[in-house]
Amino acid sequence: MSLLHWAVLAPFLAALLVPFLYKLVRRIHTGWFVLFIPIILFTYFFTLIDTTRKGSTIIESVPWIPSLHINVSLYVDGLSLLFALLITGIGALVILYSIFYLSNKKESLHNFYVYLLLFMGAMLGVVLSDNLIVLYTFWELTSLSSFLLIGYWHHRERSRYGAQKSLLITVFGGLAMFGGFVLLSYIGSTFSIRELIMDSGQLFEHPLFIPTMLLILLGAFTKSAQFPFHIWLPDAMEAPTPVSAYLHSATMVKAGIYLVARLSPVFAFSGTWLWLVSLFGIITLLWGSFFAVKQTDLKGILAYSTISQLGLIMSLLGVGAAALHYEELDDNLYLAATVAAVFHLINHATFKGSLFMVAGIVDHETGTRDIRKLGGLMQVMPITFTVAVIGTFSMAGVPPFNGFLSKEMFLASMVHVLELDIVNFTTWGALFPVIAWIASVFTFIYSMIILFKTFTGSLQSEKLPKQPHEAPIGMLISPIILASLVIVFGLFPNLLSTSIIEPATAAIQPTLTNDLHVHIGFWHGFKPEFWMTVGIIVFGTMLFITLKRWWRIYSIVPEQISLNNLYDQSLNMIEVISLKLTKIFMTGYIRNYLIYIFIFFIAALLSTLFQKNAFTIDLDHVAPIGLYEVILAVIIASVSIVILFAKSRLTSIILLGAVGYTVSLFFVLFRAPDLALTQLIIETISVALFLLCFYRLPKLGNRKEERMAFRWNNALISIGVGITVTLIAISAFSSNKPFPPISSYYIENAYKEAGGKNIVNVILVDFRGLDTMFEITVLGIAALGIFGMIKLRTGRKSE
Amino acid sequence: MKTNDLILQTVTKVAAFVIILFSLSIFLGGHYSPGGGFVGGLMTSSAIILLLLAYDLKTVAGILPVDYKLFIASGLLLSVLTASGSLLFGVPLMTHAFTYVDLPLLGHISLHTAVLFDLGVYLVVVGVTMTIIQTIGESE
Repeated sequence: MSLLHWAVLAPFLAALLVPFLYKLVRRIHTGWFVLFIPIILFTYFFTLIDTTRKGSTIIESVPWIPSLHINVSLYVDGLSLLFALLITGIGALVILYSIFYLSNKKESLHNFYVYLLLFMGAMLGVVLSDNLIVLYTFWELTSLSSFLLIGYWHHRERSRYGAQKSLLITVFGGLAMFGGFVLLSYIGSTFSIRELIMDSGQLFEHPLFIPTMLLILLGAFTKSAQFPFHIWLPDAMEAPTPVSAYLHSATMVKAGIYLVARLSPVFAFSGTWLWLVSLFGIITLLWGSFFAVKQTDLKGILAYSTISQLGLIMSLLGVGAAALHYEELDDNLYLAATVAAVFHLINHATFKGSLFMVAGIVDHETGTRDIRKLGGLMQVMPITFTVAVIGTFSMAGVPPFNGFLSKEMFLASMVHVLELDIVNFTTWGALFPVIAWIASVFTFIYSMIILFKTFTGSLQSEKLPKQPHEAPIGMLISPIILASLVIVFGLFPNLLSTSIIEPATAAIQPTLTNDLHVHIGFWHGFKPEFWMTVGIIVFGTMLFITLKRWWRIYSIVPEQISLNNLYDQSLNMIEVISLKLTKIFMTGYIRNYLIYIFIFFIAALLSTLFQKNAFTIDLDHVAPIGLYEVILAVIIASVSIVILFAKSRLTSIILLGAVGYTVSLFFVLFRAPDLALTQLIIETISVALFLLCFYRLPKLGNRKEERMAFRWNNALISIGVGITVTLIAISAFSSNKPFPPISSYYIENAYKEAGGKNIVNVILVDFRGLDTMFEITVLGIAALGIFGMIKLRTGRKSE
Repeated sequence: MKTNDLILQTVTKVAAFVIILFSLSIFLGGHYSPGGGFVGGLMTSSAIILLLLAYDLKTVAGILPVDYKLFIASGLLLSVLTASGSLLFGVPLMTHAFTYVDLPLLGHISLHTAVLFDLGVYLVVVGVTMTIIQTIGESE
């Protein structure tokens, strides 16, 4: 166990302690104890920056299931370190925020912090794992802990709905991803991501390469809320705001981004990957930004904005994959896309985290998040307002904040798509900058909505559940820190470029970045992306001012054809259809189940018999048929037929006895005296028992005893069963027997070895005595069963 | 309504013993002639059933004051012990041993552990049959 392993394990161990702390130290908010974990971890990961900056990596392995090559190998390079820092850094801020957000008295804090620590540990595991199976394990743990966190206020119906939805969708994707991982490890014959990256060239030619990629992307897209799997994210906003800030803006939703970035070296050379990642990313970007404008809930806007920003990062990763195809070029334009993706990832975590916290503060201090009720909070909450200004302007891509820089880099990369002349990008590639620009306009609009609808205008105190006032300082610390990071990264973008962005980019594009020097310029000159930004701001402002006039376009498409509705309907349909389906065949009548069993019996056996051409008739070995046998056969057959048509049950019982006695005559005829004896007595007893049952039947009243009703299907099925068994018996008799019967051994040795002359009895008690032992056990159980059944029944009656 | 079934009861007194003797005969002769524990047990219980028919449950319970469920238990125990007794001699489970001896009066006969096993079967069968019949007979 290395220090790295302990770092991943630390949140889990701490989660074990949290309930004790909560119960024992009630005076102090549990969050203060929890706060140490991410701070310590952040410091630890911070010291590792030096290692990755030099281009070296750390790998530590602890065997888990060595026989299956599953080892907990943790791997630190630029990319995992970036994510680890995000997770622990934002984790610390979120916990600090939650200390003031969640009340010590009203909330079940032990649950909250256990879930949160579980999530933190799982997330660290995801980004640090090198082994695919271990990664998957942690991946599912993030789904599970996020499910618990979304459903934290489990008494609310909406929380449960959101939690279920997110679990269904992310686990669906997770399972697909698991399939992809299994295929990937099958193709590459290793579970280690590093080793897979090393021989990615060979993987490319494998026929299972595309299915593998699709399955893994399905996992990444569902987790990262890409179109059309984004629908769980807005509903996950029912979680407490710290959770939304942490999981649904900074960490968990980026697990999919991480996966795409991490496996880029494996898949990126494929054109399908390039297309899928960039296309889904850009569609998500547009879709999310378009629908964010429609939302009236602050967190709803932020959720859709998160979706769209994740789409942006995803599309950048997709376009960044094009860099591999232009290795020769000195100035690799597409490498810049990857750099932009990494940079925007950091920026998004900062501004979105702060905005969620702002939304939480507004909710906490006014009692509502509905922007139709909010307004004029600027004077009441000046600090919150300042943070919101920084966050929203950064999100909208306005200078001098960091969002501006990454948005510029994004637009530049999208413009470069026009020059992409591989994998058919020349035809539809032109759409990319257009969509990117439109989506950015919408991004600008919803950013402005968040800011101005909440903080400007007139204060509608009468509509608010609480009298608004500035939040306590403790709640403001975290958003202030994040907002200042937004400004710092905006003003000094190169603060991160060598320490974080370069190693991360190198991890995503390991083959290309030998002499990578990231320099994020503040000023590009009058390039297309500059004019695009100007256009975004101008058009965005115009559209924002005229929002009321064109807002109606959202009601053009009715609510019924939304993706959410599709999800609800299909979930509903699945339930309804499966219920109907079960109702069709699970009738509750034993006669129906018998029909299924017999039909299956006939179909399976007959088809096998004829498919294998196993049916043979060979009459050579048939013994001569005697007169007595014919007579007995005629008797038994006619009696059996009469049973079918018997009117009274008494007749049936007596005829059944006749069958039994005839069988015992057959035993006599075929020289089986022991069987004949036993059969006689047993038949007598069972007929007596039948009569007993008959005697106890309920009185029929006016109804007379009726002949069994005739049903065609029953007749056909029973004839079919009879024919099947007969055919198999004939075929088994006629076919060549591969082995001689064992009976000669018994005949020879019954007296010599076992000292008995009655071979049947010798077999029963000596050669195969064990069978007899268990048969008498069966008898004993039957007797006790009857005893118990009857005695218990009378006992119940007496009560 | 109680009819006078003197003839039945008198015949039963004789027949029941004949049946029991016959059942013992086919039980003991099972290794050499048709029969054995199973049929022997059924036959013995049929003698008891005849008693039940001629008299009634209470009288028969007075004549044979036994719990037939114990028959089942002891029969199973006997057969399991016989089967596992062979383990004491270092041979596989269920290995029987037999020997021929000359006994006064009975002559040259074999002594066989399989008879013990069969006795277990016999007891279980008697116990099972009688438990079932008695339980059903007693129930209302």
